Amino acid sequence: MTRHAITVLGHDRPGIIADTTGRLAGLGLNLEDSTMTLLRGHFAMTLVCQGDAPEAEIATALAPLTDDGTLTVTVREVPAEPSYEPAGSPWVLTVHGGDRPGIVSSVVGEVAQVGGNITDLTTRLAGDLYLLVAEIDLPAATDVDALRVSVDAAAAALGVGATLRPAEADEL
Amino acid sequence: MTPEPTVLAWTEAELGVEGGVLEVVRAPRPVLATPGERVDPTAPDVVQLAADLVATMRVSPGCVGLAAPQVGIGAQVFCVDVSAHPKTRGHHGTFVLCNAEVLEASRNERAREGCMSVPDLTGDVKRASRVVVRGELPGSGTEVTLAAEAFEARALQHEIDHCAGLLFLDRVAGAHAVHHRKTYL
Repeated sequence: MTRHAITVLGHDRPGIIADTTGRLAGLGLNLEDSTMTLLRGHFAMTLVCQGDAPEAEIATALAPLTDDGTLTVTVREVPAEPSYEPAGSPWVLTVHGGDRPGIVSSVVGEVAQVGGNITDLTTRLAGDLYLLVAEIDLPAATDVDALRVSVDAAAAALGVGATLRPAEADEL
Repeated sequence: MTPEPTVLAWTEAELGVEGGVLEVVRAPRPVLATPGERVDPTAPDVVQLAADLVATMRVSPGCVGLAAPQVGIGAQVFCVDVSAHPKTRGHHGTFVLCNAEVLEASRNERAREGCMSVPDLTGDVKRASRVVVRGELPGSGTEVTLAAEAFEARALQHEIDHCAGLLFLDRVAGAHAVHHRKTYL
C-alpha cells in the first residue's frame, strides 16, 4: 500500500471533485484527507489517498481532468507521517488591517521564533481589508504574554492589528 | 428574563435632538481597531451622536446595532434594536448605551456574525447567550444594568467589542470560521 498526495488547481466549474474522486475510486484508492477551497475564485484541492495503484497509473487516470487546459493536476508519492499530536496548547491568531505585502511573513515569523507550529491558516483579501486567521500550537513553556507583545509590535510596524487568544473547545 | 424597565421605556425622543444619517466606515479604517474613549453621556455632542447612531441604524437594512467607531468616532457609545429580528427572544427595544461593560456572561453559543463595517466576510463566533450589561443612557446619564439573552445578548457583546476596538474577526473560532458573505442585505 502506498500513499499519494494529489493537487488539483485551476479554473473552477461544477463537477471537478466528483470527477477527481470518481477516478481515484475507480483505482481502488481510499481518500484519507482532503481540503478544497476557492482562492480568488480559483479551484484549489489537495488530497492524500492510499492504495495499491502506482503513481503513473494515478496520473494517467487523472489526465483527462487537464484536457481543456484549465486545470493542473500533480501526483506525488508521500511517506506515511506519524499522526500529528499537538504537544502544547492551541491558540488562534487574528491579524487584520490595510492590505500590504509582508503581513503574513512578518507576524507568523514571531510565532516561529518561539517554536509555535501553525496547524491551520486562512488569509482573505476583502476590498482593502487583509485578514489572517491562524490556529497555532504553542510549546508548553511559551511565554504567551511576551509573544503577544512581539506579535503586536510586528503588526503595529505594518499598521495592522493582531489578536492572540486561546482556542476554545467544547468538552462534552 | 424581565426587561429592565428604564431601558425598555427609553426611546430616542428622550434625546431631544434630531438624528442625522452618518457614513458607516469599513475595515481597515484604524478607528475600528482602536479602543474608544469613555464619554460624558450628558454632553451635547454625545447626545447628538446617540441620535445620529439610531438614525443611521434605522436607514441601514438589517442593521440591529451600530457603534460610534463604525461612524468614524472613537467613543464608547452604541445603539441596539433587535426587536424585529427573527432570532430575538426577549429584548429592550431601541436603546443607546454609553461606557457599557459586560458584568456577567454565561451559556456560550456559536453563531455566524456579519458586520456593516466588514461587508464582505462573515464569521463563526462563540459568545454568551446570557449577559448582564451595565451602561449609561445618553441625555439623562442614568446608569442602568440590564440582563439580555439570545440575539440581544450577542448584539450587545458585538457592539461593546466595537467600542473596545475589536471586530468579530478578532473572535472567530478558527481558520475555517471566516466565510465570504453570500447574501447582502
